[in-house]
Amino acid sequence: MSDSQALISRSLRRNPWAPRTLFSNVMTGLAIACAVIAIIPLVAVLLYVLINGVSRLDLNLFTQVQPPPRVENGGLGNALQGTFYTVGIATLLAVPFGVMAAVFLSEFVRDTRLARWIGFATNVLSGVPSIVAGTFIYSAIVLTTKTFSAFSGGVALAILMLPVIVRTATEALELVPSELRQASVGLGATRFQTVAGVVLPAALPGIVTGVMLSVARAAGETAPVLFTALGWPTWIQSIWQQANTLSLLVYKFATAPYPNQQQLAWAGSLLLVLLVLVTNILARFVIRRRH
Amino acid sequence: MALSNQQVTEIKRARSPLARQLDSGFVWLTGMFAVGVALVLVAIAVRVGWEALPAIQQFGAGFLTSSRWDPVEDIYGALPQIYGTLVSSLIALLIAMPIGIGVAIFLSEDFLPNKIQRPIVFMVELLAAIPSVVYGLWGIFVLIPILRNMGVALNAGLGWIPLFSTRPTGPGMYVAGVILAIMILPIIAAISRDALVAVPPELRQASYGLGATRWETLFKVILPAAFSGIVGGIMLAMGRAMGETMATTMVIGNANKINPSLFDQGSTIASLLANQFAEASGLQISSLMYAAFVLFLITLIVNVLAELVVRRVRMKV
Repeated sequence: MSDSQALISRSLRRNPWAPRTLFSNVMTGLAIACAVIAIIPLVAVLLYVLINGVSRLDLNLFTQVQPPPRVENGGLGNALQGTFYTVGIATLLAVPFGVMAAVFLSEFVRDTRLARWIGFATNVLSGVPSIVAGTFIYSAIVLTTKTFSAFSGGVALAILMLPVIVRTATEALELVPSELRQASVGLGATRFQTVAGVVLPAALPGIVTGVMLSVARAAGETAPVLFTALGWPTWIQSIWQQANTLSLLVYKFATAPYPNQQQLAWAGSLLLVLLVLVTNILARFVIRRRH
Repeated sequence: MALSNQQVTEIKRARSPLARQLDSGFVWLTGMFAVGVALVLVAIAVRVGWEALPAIQQFGAGFLTSSRWDPVEDIYGALPQIYGTLVSSLIALLIAMPIGIGVAIFLSEDFLPNKIQRPIVFMVELLAAIPSVVYGLWGIFVLIPILRNMGVALNAGLGWIPLFSTRPTGPGMYVAGVILAIMILPIIAAISRDALVAVPPELRQASYGLGATRWETLFKVILPAAFSGIVGGIMLAMGRAMGETMATTMVIGNANKINPSLFDQGSTIASLLANQFAEASGLQISSLMYAAFVLFLITLIVNVLAELVVRRVRMKV
């Protein structure tokens, strides 16, 4: 080895105790610490919800009505029914609305100023606080129908689902290769036939993923149903009457002084968290398969 | 076998006018839904503003500077709630900003092999998916006892500082700030990470080639290049923190007062709405709508600015 080579190899090696290197290593340690600190709440929330909620996780949880104060047992049956109704209504409203809008944005006006403006409005809409969406529906539907109802709760949730569905569906549609559209048009298909027969089926997995994620999010939303569905202590017969939801029940039972109700709040949280976990993990698989 | 001219014209027959109209009708229909999305935003502003009108006429701008909320006398002012909204979001930002950016750096550099990095990215995303009401429940039974003990110690040692001047009783501004920090951390982390990843690799290579260490490269090259994206993420997180309702309502104490001490109880616009809306009537409803309108405007401004910043970053890439 010649002298110059030795010199180069020495100068390329950093002294681990030089201030610059030391600083770099300390900062790396800090970055690792940040990641650990960020993960701690997730693990803590999941563990506490699991430990406190799992004791009530049996058949009664799904078949029994919520217990009044100082009454033992009971379940979340009516809250699950209410969540099913409100989220169902929200899905029925938001999915066609959102997917149609996405079709327009990705198929007919892609990369135009109009598409950018509507995309902008969609993003701003998704930043509107959920409680403001609740006050809007209260004024627009509860005041005009003169009653709190599962229906109005569903519409409030639909407002929160809408921007999520528009965005995910637009992304899914834009990922469809343009060759498919060209082939379809080349075979003589109309724009409707191209969209309905070729583009939408190709984008379906992505659209369904977005819908699943927004359904899970809507099921956990409390603020929009707080004064639209309002709450109801037992089963409901129609969507035109007040209803309880899982999230409302967790809120009310968490702040109640009765241990039995608090246990049910944990069990309800467990169901909500499981829904979020399952949909997010499923969505991850769909997305990974696509890439 | 070639087709005769006549056969070709037969096959090439034009679409009927009806079919054409139906097809452009479909395009129009989708267009109406797309414009409808934007109209929902306008409808929220108009409707909530309309309902707030009686209170706006009654109290005017004084609503924003008065701290009297009195349903008996029908006199309303929302200063403590505006203060609480800003302070709780500010605490959340102060905690979540350094940690979130740290996480973003950690997950955008090659510290970890891809196989380990991706699950961590996923876990940070999950943090954003957990419902607010679950955070609230966890906050009441887990976070408050922990933070109260820390707060009691701080109050005993540093009670002469106004920020720590009251003895924590349980719920309060500090708990709301911490819960909000947990909830907005994934937003800051995700958007900052996008911005960091989008920095052209040539910049990094040039910096390494000049002999800079990893963190010299980060501080002097990568972070400045990703700066506006990170700012956009922080602003989006700010908007989210100000509008967050359930977790805040469950841990902030819902007291109508302004106190410099972080350990005292307070309230936010969102928690005011959550607590009072269902039982309110008349001018009180209108005043709540006024408060909701103020919240809507604040978050709207923050979100629009954030969106513009983030968008400009995306266009550059």
